[in-house]
Amino acid sequence: MNAQQTLVMNGRELSFENGQTLLEVARRHHIDIPTLCHLKGTMPTGSCRICVVEVEGAQTLLAACATRAVAGMKVQTESAEVVKARRMILQLMLSSGNHNCAIRGSNDQEWTDFQLKVHGEDGSAELCPVWGDCRLQDLAYRYQVSGQHFAATPARYPIEDVNPFIVRDFSRCIQCGRCVQACNEVQVNNAIQFGYRGVETKIIAAGDRPLKDSDCVFCGECVQACPVGALVEKDGRYSVRPWETQKVRTTCSYCGVGCQIYLHVKDNQVVKVTGADLPPNNGSLCVKGRFGYHFIGSPERLTDPLIKENGTFRKASWDEALNLVAKRFKEIRDTHGGDRMGVLTSARMTNEDNYVAQKFTRAVLKTNNIDHCARL
Amino acid sequence: MTNTIADIETADVILITGSNTTENHPVLSAFVKRAAKFRGAKLIVVDPRRIKLTEFATHWLRPNLGTDVAWINGMLHVILKEKMQNAEFIKNRTEGFDALQKVVEKYTPEFVEGITGIPAESLVAAAKLFAGARTGSILYCMGITQHISGTDNVKSLANLAMLTGHLGKAGTGVNPLRGQNNVQGACDMGGLPNVYTAYQPVADLAIAKKMEDAWGVTGLSTKIGLKATEMIPKAHSGELKALYIIGENPLVSDADLGHVQKSLKHLDFLVVQDIFLTETAQMADVVLPSACFAEKEGTFSNTERRVQRVRRAVSPPGQSKDDWWITAEIATHMGYPMKYESSQAIFEEIAKVTPSYGGITYARIEGVGLHWPCPTQEHPGTPILHGQQFTRGKGLFHAIEWIPPAEQVDDEYPLFLTTGRLLYQYHTGTMTMKSADLNERAPESFAELSSTDARKYGLRDGDQITVASRRGAIKVKVKILPKAVDGTLFIPFHFAQGAANVLTNAALDPISGIPEFKVCAVKINKAA
Repeated sequence: MNAQQTLVMNGRELSFENGQTLLEVARRHHIDIPTLCHLKGTMPTGSCRICVVEVEGAQTLLAACATRAVAGMKVQTESAEVVKARRMILQLMLSSGNHNCAIRGSNDQEWTDFQLKVHGEDGSAELCPVWGDCRLQDLAYRYQVSGQHFAATPARYPIEDVNPFIVRDFSRCIQCGRCVQACNEVQVNNAIQFGYRGVETKIIAAGDRPLKDSDCVFCGECVQACPVGALVEKDGRYSVRPWETQKVRTTCSYCGVGCQIYLHVKDNQVVKVTGADLPPNNGSLCVKGRFGYHFIGSPERLTDPLIKENGTFRKASWDEALNLVAKRFKEIRDTHGGDRMGVLTSARMTNEDNYVAQKFTRAVLKTNNIDHCARL
Repeated sequence: MTNTIADIETADVILITGSNTTENHPVLSAFVKRAAKFRGAKLIVVDPRRIKLTEFATHWLRPNLGTDVAWINGMLHVILKEKMQNAEFIKNRTEGFDALQKVVEKYTPEFVEGITGIPAESLVAAAKLFAGARTGSILYCMGITQHISGTDNVKSLANLAMLTGHLGKAGTGVNPLRGQNNVQGACDMGGLPNVYTAYQPVADLAIAKKMEDAWGVTGLSTKIGLKATEMIPKAHSGELKALYIIGENPLVSDADLGHVQKSLKHLDFLVVQDIFLTETAQMADVVLPSACFAEKEGTFSNTERRVQRVRRAVSPPGQSKDDWWITAEIATHMGYPMKYESSQAIFEEIAKVTPSYGGITYARIEGVGLHWPCPTQEHPGTPILHGQQFTRGKGLFHAIEWIPPAEQVDDEYPLFLTTGRLLYQYHTGTMTMKSADLNERAPESFAELSSTDARKYGLRDGDQITVASRRGAIKVKVKILPKAVDGTLFIPFHFAQGAANVLTNAALDPISGIPEFKVCAVKINKAA
């Protein structure tokens, strides 16, 4: 293997390794080639063609994600030809669905008619649920195009909102196939595929049934992979916009895999969870980790210390509760000995919490009667 | 786990047993499925139920409940008979081989078929595949440990890994999949009756002295304490007077729930510290409200021993506080001042008294976590254990005989019951049952039944039945599922209504103290 091979990209001589694609070479050297269908860790399909580049001597523009680097290649990633092709692709995508962000153009009756139509089909007067968090919208701005260039096509399939967790909006699907790859190549749940042909193409589950009646296990990998507003979390659709939230990285609190997650916080509430692209999970999550966060802000959470009197609980201050617990623990320890007391610590708490619990048991209660639910 | 999660994807052969991985460790299961689908790795699934992973398996062995030592000994027998053992590994890295050889001699594939129901030729093929692999990884979960022979089962899997030399390098190992986010950490931190942090024995006087110096106390007990499963009976008999339960819900999770409830009632004083008023908290004298993971700074240690950061995203509700703060305040109120400025200050103390965490700091794990053992600040962590030698030096083969489960089916209780989790719920449901959509997918308890058994009892999908064991009875709906095993019911244990653990047997593994959740005998009747 010759690790010293080079090619020329946008006039810069760049090194690459055998087997690397033009996209990989570009990314390694911080040259930004836009992508839509490309999904890390899966076989490139080259289907959206937004990553096309101009290679000297080639008959046509080549998809950077699917073209292997060859020594001596001369590549342009933003030439006039390339930009023209990208604009055309974006215009076609924008005209073919309910992309009702401002990028469609905004100066005549057609705009108003279009918005009203979309609002009717969405059942909402809001702009697209992923406004501000959409790869297609980003690229439309970058290449300054709108959907007006082509006649709008009607939405062929209605929104599927009968599922828990996920809303499927086919009118906003650009058929990039990332969800299909996420499902089949990353999570290997094999629940969704491309169905039908040509203009009727649709991402389908189990013979075109709703996700809830298919093999789908609602891991949400497809939602995280979707670059547009076709797959959106049911909770927070419209009500949570990315600029209103802050992301905090932490570790999931369900099973022992320890997935790295982002908690998306709005007004001191966790409103969404996404997977962080880091080990051990590399962006993947399961249904519990992604969608099982409601307990955090549940109104049933305990808010005050409780003391039982005559069989019923009453609220107490920390001082009162701590004094009572300390007094009773002390009495029992001093009367019966620490070995007549026990502590069940928790596999759900942090290491720091557990350390303090065992230190308390041993140093204060003077017993080794401490255990947790590892056995259960 | 001896190895890492990412490492699984590099194995040539993966043997999975007693783990319904796609439901209980879904993200980890993707590494297995990708290995099988895209890398041509061969998958051996040993599980009575037709779990999802069987669709990806080259070999699916379907043992009778509670016969794990038998099939593993059978594999060892085949490997030795075919001379496929790793002689070099056995010679250099292990001891006790002769005794092992003697014990497995009688476990011929035919003898094993009689116990396990696994066809002799399937066992032979799977054993040869595993032994002949360049790298072989073993994954297991509670289907192995929740038996009276749980410890024997684990030791037997270790025998299999050592006999084939599938240890200490990438793509190998004996890998228990931890079911709770920080069960690894709770053990590492000494949340166990016999050890301090990093498994330093409480009975070791030198260790006790070290901890006394570190904590500024005297008179630390060197007597091994009670296991959780021993505390409950002692509470029942009145020997145990007080319990301080933090973030646990034994009133749903333990075996033989009727007995647990009576036992907790016998206590003089019960304190429960939790985020919800759980079934257990309702029995408490004092309930202390704690912060949940999203409200805390700290660390969790995952199933691959990776110590990772937990960060505060929102503020805790009302007066609820960090668990460590509450415990430290109780200590202070009892006359032992325990004051920490932050979770980081606690972690610094942990690193001082915990050799395997000695080199870990919050700064070092800011980006990605570190695998312990990591004894010094310069140490890069240890993704793969046992590379050069085992903790005890040489790996010890354990010569083990199969013993049957504590409870057998009979005329009165003719069906087996086994329990486990579902994808959409988690443990006792304290957390997951607050999400409406998760409840929509898994709303209530049920009994999974094979179509053969359903016909036998004249039952249809959705019928209400009474399931009774020697310990109690519950009413649940029937679900006829292809996953089911003839003659065996499966009931998920998440639900307080139709609680599987009303039925389960509290017979314990003598060493680990784990109850035999995976096997007991029951009878069913159509509910009136």
